[in-house]
Amino acid sequence: MFDQYVARRYRTDLRPDPETYLIKDKTAVVGVGQTEFSKGSGRSTVQLACEAIKAAVTDAGLKMSDIDGLMKYTQDPNDEHTLIDALGIENLNYFGELNHGGGACTPSIMHAAVAVATGVAKYVVCYRSLNQYSDMRYGRRGMAMAAMTKPMSRNGNDGLIAPYGLTSPVSWVAMFARRYMYMYGATREHLGWVSISIRKMAQNNPDAIFYGKPMTMEDYLNIRMIVEPFCLYDCCIDVDGAVAIIVTTAERAKDLKQTPAIILGATQATASDGVMMTSYHRPRIERIPESWYAGEELWRVTGVTPKDIDVCQLYDAFSVLVPAQLEEYGFCGEGEGADFCWEGKRIGIDGELPLNTSGSLLSEAYIHGMNLIVEAVRQIRGTSVNQVKDVELSMSTAGLGVPTGAIIFRR
Amino acid sequence: MSVEYNKENPMPVPTRYFDYEGYWKGIDENKLTLQKCGDCGAWCHQPQPMCPDCHSIERKWEEVSGKGTVYSWVTYHESQEPSFKAPYSVVLVELEEGMRLISNLVDVKPDEIEIGMKVEVVFDKIMDEITLPKFKKV
Repeated sequence: MFDQYVARRYRTDLRPDPETYLIKDKTAVVGVGQTEFSKGSGRSTVQLACEAIKAAVTDAGLKMSDIDGLMKYTQDPNDEHTLIDALGIENLNYFGELNHGGGACTPSIMHAAVAVATGVAKYVVCYRSLNQYSDMRYGRRGMAMAAMTKPMSRNGNDGLIAPYGLTSPVSWVAMFARRYMYMYGATREHLGWVSISIRKMAQNNPDAIFYGKPMTMEDYLNIRMIVEPFCLYDCCIDVDGAVAIIVTTAERAKDLKQTPAIILGATQATASDGVMMTSYHRPRIERIPESWYAGEELWRVTGVTPKDIDVCQLYDAFSVLVPAQLEEYGFCGEGEGADFCWEGKRIGIDGELPLNTSGSLLSEAYIHGMNLIVEAVRQIRGTSVNQVKDVELSMSTAGLGVPTGAIIFRR
Repeated sequence: MSVEYNKENPMPVPTRYFDYEGYWKGIDENKLTLQKCGDCGAWCHQPQPMCPDCHSIERKWEEVSGKGTVYSWVTYHESQEPSFKAPYSVVLVELEEGMRLISNLVDVKPDEIEIGMKVEVVFDKIMDEITLPKFKKV
């Protein structure tokens, strides 16, 4: 029913088969590590990556020489050679990279799980390292202008967007947000409650950039507009930092140091008429069909439903993506996401679906979604600064407006 | 005008990518032409190297009415590219034929823009090498 107006070519006969879905219950996250998150790391992204990976290896109770697999983001500035040289790793049995920015976060874990479940590798590190604040700054420094003037650019569509000044991720998603607000009657206050609730989570997290800086609705409504309808607090925080996560089999996990976060399921999804963060040719642009697909398949291969999820980290590069994903993943009905977040009660620690418990991308740090997965793992271990009681199932999602994915961990 | 350009920092000329050739050729003649499949006749927008419906690589370019409505819009309060002076608005126009285009409105202030506003294409020669299809209120 849903697919008829969300996307053009949904094929139910191409869905993964739960009977032959090998990573379920067989794979796990066993180590997590991170650097500090800052506005100016003062060191290279290679060094940040090495520090996060070393921390993850130590956390897992492994040796660096145990690592034989590496998953990186295409957008990560480091290459395998530089990194494994610095880490003193002689040889990788498995390595690869995933495109689409934050759309690569939970899919990295999925690819690592596939590698260990099939025996291609034993311990795979997934990481993201970036000097986003001091170096990259998406949307600035002529990024869109450069894209539209590439010789025979991969995406000719840049020339139909950038010349009109629609040049930054915030504007691409703002176009989506305007339509979402128009269709479902969501207001700036609705988006404000998303940012305020997530900021509240960050007040217990000393690692968060916005630790010690609570926010009121007045603060939200009075801060400057960036690209209307988005103000500054609708946007995630550019920071410097790195996160690393180690995946192995559930069997090996038994002998390691930490309570493993067993992977119940992980999915990846694309949808027709997709253009990087500007999929404006779809039947209805206020929907996110990739997320709907990722969710449909996730519920199918895991056999659980949205009601079973105890805590969730939704990818929140921009505030509006939280209510939109609540709808696509089936936590509420179409158009009900914004009301779900109103006053933050239902998404708070004691709510029916505690969301983004570390402060996430809006208030902790924008590590392209990798920090969301670490928080999902902490909720399984029982070590979150905003620990939800008796967590059995912990979920996390990947970047939006691009091919995406989602993952569910169990105890 | 809805967008004011910074003359000291002109925008670069967009590449005319293979699959978009007919679009740019149309603009050279002040025509808004979009891609259709040469076999099954389905509109293909954004332009594609192959018809996603029938997999034909025969493509043709056909002029559209240029009439449509504002489907969504944003307003930049801080310019993030030096070629554009903020504030300025960017609109997503839905053409009568159903395809959508990113563009700017001419002679419309940001606070006058509404979803559903009826608009029509005009051609704005913003510099010697670049003409852009924009939209005016009707």
